[in-house]
Order: sequence, then structure tokens, then C-alpha cells
Amino acid sequence: MGALSLARIALACAAFGLLIPPWYGLESGFASWPGGEAAPLAVLLAGGAAWWLWPVPLILLASAPSLLAHRAEGRLLIACGAGVIAWVFLQGWAIGLPGTVWSIAAPFVGDASQPALGWGATFLLTGAVGLLSAGLAAQGRFNGDAFVSFLVVGSAALLIAFVFAPLLTILSAAAVEDGRIAPEAMLARLTAHEAWSLACVTSSLGCGVVWNTLALATLTGVLSTLLGLAFALLSARANLHLGGAFRALAILPLITPPFVVSLSLIVLFGRTGMVTEALSALFGIPRSRWIYGLPGVLLAQLLAFTPIAYLLLEGAVRQIAPSLEEAASTMGARRFTVFRTVTWPLLRPGLAAAFLLGFVESLSDFGNPLVLGGDFDVLATRIFFAIAGARHDPGRAAALALLLLGLTFGAFALQTAWLGKRRYVTVTGKGDAGVPSPLPRGLAIACGAVAFPWMAFTAIVYAIIMLGAFVHDIGRSDMTFTWRHYITAFEVEWFQGLVFRGAAWDSLFTTIEVAAISAPLTAGLGILLAWLLARQAFPGRRTLEFLAMLSFAIPGTVVGVSYIMAFNVPPLELTGTSLILIICFVFRNLPVGVRGGIAALAQIDRSLDEASATMGGGAVATLRRVILPLMRPAIIAALAYSFVHAMTAVSAVIFLVSARHNLATVYIVGRVEAGEIALAIAYSSVLILIMLAVVLGIDKLVGRAQIGRRAPAGAMQTAPVPVTA
Amino acid sequence: MTSKRGFAVALFAGALAALVPGAARAQGQLTVYCSVQEEWCRPMMAAFERATGIRVAMTRKSSGETMTQIRAEATNPRGDVWWGGTGDPHMQAAEENLTLEYRSPRLAELHDWAVRQAQQANYRTVGIYAGALGYSYNVPELQRRRIEAPRCWADLIKPAFRGEVQVADPNTSGTAYTLLATIVQLMGEEPAFDYLKALHRNVNQYTRSGAAPARAAATGESVVGITFLHDAVTQKVNGAPVEIVAPCEGTGYEIGSMSIIRGARNLDNAKRFFDWALSAEAQAIGAEAKSYQLPSNRNAPIPPEAPRFENIKLIDYDFARWGSAAERTRLLTRWDREVRAAAR
Repeated sequence: MGALSLARIALACAAFGLLIPPWYGLESGFASWPGGEAAPLAVLLAGGAAWWLWPVPLILLASAPSLLAHRAEGRLLIACGAGVIAWVFLQGWAIGLPGTVWSIAAPFVGDASQPALGWGATFLLTGAVGLLSAGLAAQGRFNGDAFVSFLVVGSAALLIAFVFAPLLTILSAAAVEDGRIAPEAMLARLTAHEAWSLACVTSSLGCGVVWNTLALATLTGVLSTLLGLAFALLSARANLHLGGAFRALAILPLITPPFVVSLSLIVLFGRTGMVTEALSALFGIPRSRWIYGLPGVLLAQLLAFTPIAYLLLEGAVRQIAPSLEEAASTMGARRFTVFRTVTWPLLRPGLAAAFLLGFVESLSDFGNPLVLGGDFDVLATRIFFAIAGARHDPGRAAALALLLLGLTFGAFALQTAWLGKRRYVTVTGKGDAGVPSPLPRGLAIACGAVAFPWMAFTAIVYAIIMLGAFVHDIGRSDMTFTWRHYITAFEVEWFQGLVFRGAAWDSLFTTIEVAAISAPLTAGLGILLAWLLARQAFPGRRTLEFLAMLSFAIPGTVVGVSYIMAFNVPPLELTGTSLILIICFVFRNLPVGVRGGIAALAQIDRSLDEASATMGGGAVATLRRVILPLMRPAIIAALAYSFVHAMTAVSAVIFLVSARHNLATVYIVGRVEAGEIALAIAYSSVLILIMLAVVLGIDKLVGRAQIGRRAPAGAMQTAPVPVTA
Repeated sequence: MTSKRGFAVALFAGALAALVPGAARAQGQLTVYCSVQEEWCRPMMAAFERATGIRVAMTRKSSGETMTQIRAEATNPRGDVWWGGTGDPHMQAAEENLTLEYRSPRLAELHDWAVRQAQQANYRTVGIYAGALGYSYNVPELQRRRIEAPRCWADLIKPAFRGEVQVADPNTSGTAYTLLATIVQLMGEEPAFDYLKALHRNVNQYTRSGAAPARAAATGESVVGITFLHDAVTQKVNGAPVEIVAPCEGTGYEIGSMSIIRGARNLDNAKRFFDWALSAEAQAIGAEAKSYQLPSNRNAPIPPEAPRFENIKLIDYDFARWGSAAERTRLLTRWDREVRAAAR
């Protein structure tokens, strides 16, 4: 796309925002349009209101003449776009809802006040971003490709607004004490005894939260990667024909709301749990409370995160071009040597990604440590209670959040160091006609020995969940059958039409709506960003990648509180709407879409892009015809992941839900808190079924990637007979 | 271009869908933050809607979370009334000027303890129910260990209960802070900390949620759970084999409170709700919802299962002093240093 056409579209978009939709945020709908509360900026200005916004149309007008004369003047367009954005935000901060916020503006505007920006402003700002990026492209940045330029500038603007700015808001709190900036307070908080104490090495006292968190996250990362690898190898390389069941059971924990696995573990292994009672009765093993603490949390996290590792690694195993392995065995290598020297090294990006995901998910997990932690505290819960506990201390919470960020970035740095600068490309434009080599026997047995018991364990945990929904009180072993919990939650009545009486309906409807809207947005934005980062060279690429991955490292609790701090007042006022939930989910789940996209792209050779470009395809055509079809697995993964996470997230949204827009998980947390475990389990089982249907539906609808490969042994008509040495 | 257009369409559709539910904001409505159990919140709001025709939007969150939300929303409040939840955060909100002074005409109908608390908060909050602190123990587990049934606070520090007492962490739970303040008021600060250090040896876990120990005692995860008595009653009514103890030395209590949020958008409706929630018929709803606190209106029926205050030795709890932020921070810091950090 040329800079000129982008600039024209952008100008039209800005003009539309100026003339038609309401400029300010709405309290009571479009009823009064085009006047009153819902007036567009043009009407406001014509009526003499909000006169401090006059520069906006004037700046826009300045860019028009050259565009009409078929010229795209880079410098002018940049100045216009940046000028509009800067002016809109400056005036928004200066003049707020209660009146003039910046005293420096007071002499000029008097005691003016204005509500938050609305849809008109949204379109205008989008147009301004378009102008800015058209200008950059016209100046020859981004190889003169205006499409790439718009994507980069647009996503950077979104990331700054919804990831970076809220983070700054809350982290600035780390250095503030009693309303003034105090660096020494920050230093004291960062080096606090509660974080770094090593008392557990020498005595029975607990260690600092940093050590606890680090130990838990490392164990979770390593073990979930190994478990996931066992599953991935079995499902991709062993002819077990377990397909559907295997996949469903592996995916189940992924679609379970938090807390539920923990509750099931307590029912099984608590001091009066089923397994504990049985062991005590049969073997006289004393009943202990071992589940409360590191072992319990680790077990719950493994149940929750192993499937993610499995999904990632399964994709990675399938993407390895079999011809390399075939070549190795042709040259006489034994199966295990092939695995050790070819398959394993090619799996390294996948392994690193899986470990990183497990590590970081464990860092920010909040539900399981909350229920099973006992005296074992981690950073995520400590932060939550520093904010929401009996002793409210945002400064301490912000300092702990900084430490958590440090741990995450450390993990990213390690990953980069391990992967190094090697290439892992195996899917090339040349096509591939190899047959994947089967697993070495020893390895297959080892994988099976790990995977099948784990599957059985998972099945038991889920059986407990399903059982718990249908009996009176599973925690006290009161096993009389009942529909009571489902009736409380999902009662429906026919009274002049369908009436949803059950306590859970409101939150269920909101949850599905929010998840269904945010999932395609997350997947789309994530894949586009991945493509930009992996395939386009432009200044600031590392910064953009950092911004895109940043929200991954921020624990949900911190995101929730920072959102409510940053988006509660004009110019961006979003609290109390479902929009803030959608935005929160999109930017929280974005990193996984990006990561998955980058991993997929790393295995697709650039020569395919080059071929497309040689034949005259622009960036848009290459993306649509070549890259996207090859990236289908990554797209499915991103869609499924973001939908599921939008339905199961708790910590970020617990502060963002409002009376009108409540979410299922927050409702369930409330039930758990009240000790209504059965109702929580019943509601969770319904959520699980919904998510299962959606995930399988997405899988069917978008389909698997069809990479041209020869059919494996069995369909041998066309395949040449492998040469055996 | 199709993919980009498709993306744009999805974006726009998403934006529209997000807009629609938030757009309609009718007159005659009220936003309530509710900090008691869901089963009590819902019928309460439904009854108010029936009585007045005002539409209520209700969010249920624990009192700590609600406090955080109100503080964060201070410049642009979203809620109108904060109903329920232990009194300390309400007192703190009053202290921080987050809530509004309002003298309901129904103050005259209330018990003395509720009026006294309102006075201490300069009428920025009012008591709607009260619950005494105590503990419950699991009868079969106790018999299995052949421990004598406990009756007093002093019994809980006996060696027989080593690792068998559960209580919440006062840093995260208002219930546990009430215990801390109660023991200090009952024994004086120095003996109180000696007692708490002795208790620490018997505590198996400091839970985060205040009511969790009642559940642990009900299932036998712990022999003794220190909670508000009404939480233990709920477990007992559900059939758990527990006995409930109001300690012989005397005990403290919480006053569940209600406040109007400063800057409420529907102030008139908030005041109507405030008056209505103090009436005898509104306070009768708690018992129906299996919440066994003591209502603050003198004419409200007391649920038969509720622990009667006249049978419990109550201390003269000074809510203003022990609810203040300074005193709270001091006590909690000392508890962290001397009790929590000690070896078991």
C-alpha cells in the first residue's frame, strides 16, 4: 500500500470522527445525537463549546491540500498526525471532569471541565495514527511500505496506552511515600527482609518470597516442560491411535477455572481427604498436611500448565521436517542417535518457549497459591494482599511487583542466551517428503511411563470435580446425590417468556460475550505483531517486542489495580464498562499469540516471502497468501488460548468487574471464599463444557495446517521404498 | 486486503458490542458494593427493588477488595452504597474521608453498640449487624485425640493442641485482626503478645480468608478454627460435627457496617437504601439467607441459631482506637516481628 492512499484513508477516518460520532464518552446513550451529550466535535465547536479543541480540525486541514494534489509530504504528515495526538491528550489531561487539572492551563481556559473521550475521539486518533505512519512511509521508513508502517505505529500506540502507561502509573507508586517521592523508601522496599530472607536454609522459618517464588516457578517450568514433552512425543511420533481422548484429557486442565484443581486436590490429599484417609486406614500412614505449601501448589500448577507445554511442544515436534531425520537414519544412525542429534536440537526453541511459559505462568499464578499455599507465600499473593489486605500499602506492592518483573526478565534473558544465534528453519520452499521417524523404544517406554500415570491422575482429579457438582458436600464426604447446586446456579423459569433466575446467569453471559469478542482481537493482533517482529526489519523492533511481551511478566493483580488507577478518570475513562475487560484480556493474552506466531514463523523459511515478493506480491499479499495459511496452527492456538484465558482469568479482572459486568471466575472465587465449594464446582463444570465445545469448534472451523508431507507407512503406493543400510 | 478488512470489521463489531450494554443508564437506579455472602446480597437487593422500584446493580466483593476499589475510584466514584463487611475498613474509609456523613432517622431504632460505632465514625458509617469472635472445634477429631473440650482462650495454648489450631493472618483478614485487638484489650499488650506467641506454636496455618478456619474445623482439616461465631454456626447448620465456643474470659466482636460513598452518583437513592437497610424487615432477610449475625435493629427478629450476645461475655471494644490506621499498622508490625517470625 502506498503512503498516499493510506494518508487519504486516514484523513477520511479522522474527518468522520470529527463530524459524525459523539466526541465525548456517553453516560446515557445516543438519544440526544447530534446535540447535547452525544454531540460530535464539529457541532461542539460550531456551538462555541470546547473551544480549546479548535487546533485539532485546523491541523487536520493543513494536511489536506497536498493530499488532494496527489502528493504525500512525509514531514508534513508526521507533524500533523503527531500534533493531533499530542494536542488531544494534553488538553485531556489539562482539563478533566472535576475542572482544570493543570494550574498552568487555568489562566487560559478558566474553570472548564469535560468528560472522557468517546467514539469520535477514537476515530480521530486512529486517523491521526494513520497520517503519522503514512508520513513515515513517505519518508522512506519501513522500506516505504505504508501498511507495515501503520501496523507498527498503531500497535506501538496501543501497547503504550494499554500496557506501558498503566505500568508506569503503578510503578511510580513504588517510589512514593506519604505523597512525596522517596528513593530511599524504594530501596528499603526492594531489599526488604520479607523478600530476601534465607532463614529456611538454617532454621524452620520460611524463606523470603522471592526465593519461594523462584523455587516454585523453576520447578513448575522444568517439570511441566518434561511432562509436556512426553505427551508431545507420544502423540506426534508414536502410533498409539489415542488421538481424541489423548488430546481432550491433555487439554482439560487448560480449560479449568483456577481454584477448582486446588479444591479437588484438597478433597483427595487434604488431612481428611479420600486418599489420606485410605492410606491411614490401610497402611497406618499418619495423616499430615503436606498438601498445604510448596508440594500442593506445585502439583496444582503442573496440572494446570502441563497442557500448555504439551500444545506448544506438539506443534514444535510436528513442524520438524522429517527429511532431516530420514537423512540421518539413511546414513546409518540408530533411532536414539537420530533423536539425540537431530530431533532434540531442533526442539530447542519449543522447549525454551515451553519452559518460559510454565515459569512465567507460575510466577503470576494467584489462584492456586491462594487456596493451597498455607504458610508458603509467593510474590503474586503477597502483592494481592499488600493491595487488598487489611494493611493497604501500594508502595510495598509496587516494589514487590518490580521484583517479580525482574525475575521474568531474567528468564527471558536466559532463554535468549540458550537459544543463541542458531537457525531452526526446517520448513522451506522446497517442500518436504520425509516420513517422521518413530521414537526410540527406550524413550517411548519412558514417555509412556510418565504420561499415562499422569493422565490417570488428571482423570481422577476431574472425576472428583464432576462428582463434587452432584453430591451434597464432597469436602465432608456427604455423598447424597443432588441437583441442588445446578438449580441454584442455572434455574430457568417460564414466566411470560424465559426468565433466567439462577444466580450464575448474569456472570455467564458477560463472560461469554467478553471472551468471544476478545479472542479474535487477541489472535489477530498477536499474529500481525509476530509477523512484524519476525519478518520486518525496522528501527525500534526490539522495543516493540519488549512492549508486546511486557504484559506477560506483569502479574494480573498489578494489571487490575493499575488499570483502575489509569483508566478511571478522563481522558481515558473505561472503568465500569465491559470494554475495559476486553482490553485487559486482549493485552494480557497478546504475548502468547505473539510468541506462538514467532515460533511458527521461525520455522517457515524466508525464501517463501522472497518468492512472493519476486513475483510482485506486496506485504499484504504475502501475509495473506503465504504466511497466514502456513500459520494456521499458531492462529488456532492463539484463538483457543485467548478465549480460554478470558474465561478463566481471575487476578487481573477481580478489580475491574462491576455490578453490571461481572465475570464467572470472580463469581466462583466468591463462592469459594464463602465455603460454597459445591456450587463453585458445579458452575466450573459448566464453564469447562462450554470451553471444551468452543476449543473443539475452533479446531474444526479453522482446521489443521496442511503441510505437504508424504503419508506415513501404510499408504505406500506412491512412496518410494526407504533404503535400508 | 481481506484479512485486514476482516480484522477491522471484527474490531468495529467488538467495539459496538461493548458499547451497547453500557449505553443505557436509566434513572432511578443504585449501585451497591456488597461485602457479605452472595446468598444474603441477592435477596437483600431483590427486596429493595420490590419495595422501591429502584433498580439495583450489585457487586459482591470482600471488604478488603471493596476498600481498595473505593480508594482507587476516589476521584470518580462508581458505587453509591457499601453495604456489609466487617466494620474496620468502613471506619478506615470514614477516616480517609471516602464516605459521607449521614444521620438516618432510623438511628433511634438501633441497639446501643450500633449507635456508639456511628458516633465514633462521625456518622459516616453505621452498624447493620454484629458478630462475636470465638472458635469451633471438630468433635470426632477431638475425641480421637482424647483432648478435653476447650472452653476458654487459655485452653488453646495447651500443648495438646499443638498444630491443631487454625486462624487467619491479621495482615489479610479483618477477622484475625479483631482477634489480635481483642486479646490486646482483654489482657493488656505485653501479656497479650506472650499469649499470641504461645498460640503461634499451636497454629498449623494462617489462612488468608477470615472464615476459612471454620470450614477447616468442619471438615476436620484442623481441630480448632478461630472465627466469628456466625461463620461456625453456618457450618453447624449444614450438618458439620462441630461445637461452638464463646471463650470464658470474654471476647471481642465485629460490627458489620454500611456507608454511603462520597461522590455517589445516585445520592437520594443511596439514602433511601440506607434508611431501608436499617429497618427491621430488611434486617430479617439475613436469617433467611443462613447468615446468623445479630441484627442492629432492636425490633428485627433474631435467628434462633444465632449466638445470643446476652450469653456471651463481651469486652468493651474500642472501635475508634483499634480501627485507626496508625494503631493497626503498629500492632500488625509488632505481630509480624514478634509472633509470625518466631520459630514454631
